[in-house]
Amino acid sequence: MKASAFIYHRPETIDEAVRLLGEVAPDDGRVIAGGQSLVPIMAFRMARPPHLIDINRIAGLDRLDTQDGWLRIGARVRHAAFHEGAIAGPTGALLAHVMRHIAHHPIRTRGTFCGSLAHADPASEWCATAAALDGVLVAQSTQGTREIAVRDYFEAVMTTALRPDEILVEARLPLLPAGTLTGFCEFSRRSGDFAIAMVLVTLRIEEGRIVAPRFTIGGAEAFPRRLAEVEALLTGAAPDMATWRVAGDLAASLLDPLEDSITSGEYRRDLVRALAPRAFQQACA
Amino acid sequence: MTRHDITLHVNGRRYDICVEPRKTLADALRDDCGLTGTHLGCEHGVCGACTIIADGETVRACLMFAIQAEGVELRTVEGLAQGNEMHPLQKAFVEHHGLQCGYCTPGFLMLAAGVLEKNPTIGDEELRDILASNLCRCTGYENIVKAVRAAAAEMGAAQ
Ligand SMILES: Cc1cc2nc3c(=O)[nH]c(=O)nc-3n(C[C@H](O)[C@H](O)[C@H](O)COP(=O)(O)OP(=O)(O)OC[C@H]3O[C@@H](n4cnc5c(N)ncnc54)[C@H](O)[C@@H]3O)c2cc1C
Ligand code: FES
Ligand code: FES
Repeated sequence: MKASAFIYHRPETIDEAVRLLGEVAPDDGRVIAGGQSLVPIMAFRMARPPHLIDINRIAGLDRLDTQDGWLRIGARVRHAAFHEGAIAGPTGALLAHVMRHIAHHPIRTRGTFCGSLAHADPASEWCATAAALDGVLVAQSTQGTREIAVRDYFEAVMTTALRPDEILVEARLPLLPAGTLTGFCEFSRRSGDFAIAMVLVTLRIEEGRIVAPRFTIGGAEAFPRRLAEVEALLTGAAPDMATWRVAGDLAASLLDPLEDSITSGEYRRDLVRALAPRAFQQACA
Repeated sequence: MTRHDITLHVNGRRYDICVEPRKTLADALRDDCGLTGTHLGCEHGVCGACTIIADGETVRACLMFAIQAEGVELRTVEGLAQGNEMHPLQKAFVEHHGLQCGYCTPGFLMLAAGVLEKNPTIGDEELRDILASNLCRCTGYENIVKAVRAAAAEMGAAQ
């Protein structure tokens, strides 16, 4: 369980980091952020990057602030930074609640939000959150900087639109309007384990009707996504158990579930059906 | 492969060591600094036996490379006791049978120390959630929770 040898780089500026990555990316040189996914896969020799570019000393990447209605999350912002009270409003409450489902405390002190998006594990809570809120990712390389909408970002299991020579320098999430209700539920076999299905909902209730619902599934398919059909069904409906059940049934029927040796696709469908009403109940509690 | 001269600061002491970049912090603490209190169970972040405190935060020492810890204040289980006087957590683990074989103990002690220093009045539910970060194959956890609760009370009273 020892990683294979690599050459270590510790740039102090983002320009130096992208220049280095540009040089070593063709040989599978990689960025190391929190290391909480990369170091285990290196220990298992599932990855043997000959170069690691450590971004943990680059000034400015630890920025976590709001500007013009967007939350901006730099590449060094750790999971633990989203603790209760760190960010105001419904977005802050949602992020603090979701964060508690990611691994365990000593992993959250190192692992990063942007690293989770770069890694793109289907079971990543932050990937589901970024999809739910229609986030935007900022990627930088020697070619310059570009923005990628999360909607266009995920391509397959652990495969994204991020190029090997690009560093994800920042993730941006549009802030939810005041009064937005949020709910997040996941199922995993033990607390702290990777989830095998999750449902994230946000909505407002005006005059007894559902307004601007977002319905997102994660962990159940190759990557997280909003389900437009479920959102259409919810819009204008009454916020009650009958609605939540119909939404859960529809989501389950729309699923293209992941299957593996222990978890069948049918089981994942059942989980989504069961989790949806719970997420809504949590939002409306 | 090239080795690098690096300096680690552990428990207030300086260690000048020479390591390959691929050497984990946990291995460097044990092999190069001679601090074998930090244990390795799984070597991939799951068990928590290697938990230490880095710049005030609890971390998995198996998931950092030693070279990344240059300039970081590290604390390991060897730094808990003051001379012959055990840390309140260590005493409480003995008194409440918070250990049997002791393999997981350094990780639990550092996990608990890191958490209590930040939040001495931590609630029961949150404490259980945090202690669930680490694995113990012997005690069944109840006595670990009791020990940490008792130590928290004593540390609070001493303040
Ligand atoms: C025991 C355990 C349990 C876990 N449970 C969960 C869980 O329940 N849910 C969950 O979501 N995660 C879980 N994780 C993973 C954890 O959240 C990681 O922190 C996260 O997946 C990756 O973030 P990182 O900063 O650690 O990235 P790293 O491990 O440093 O990198 C991961 C990958 O992303 C690339 N990368 C990282 N940052 C960037 C960047 N800024 N630009 C370009 N590429 C980049 C790296 O090159 C690498 O390929 C768990 C980890 C452990 C050890
Ligand atoms: S040895 Fe580090 S978590 Fe198991
Ligand atoms: S005391 Fe034996 S593993 Fe915890």
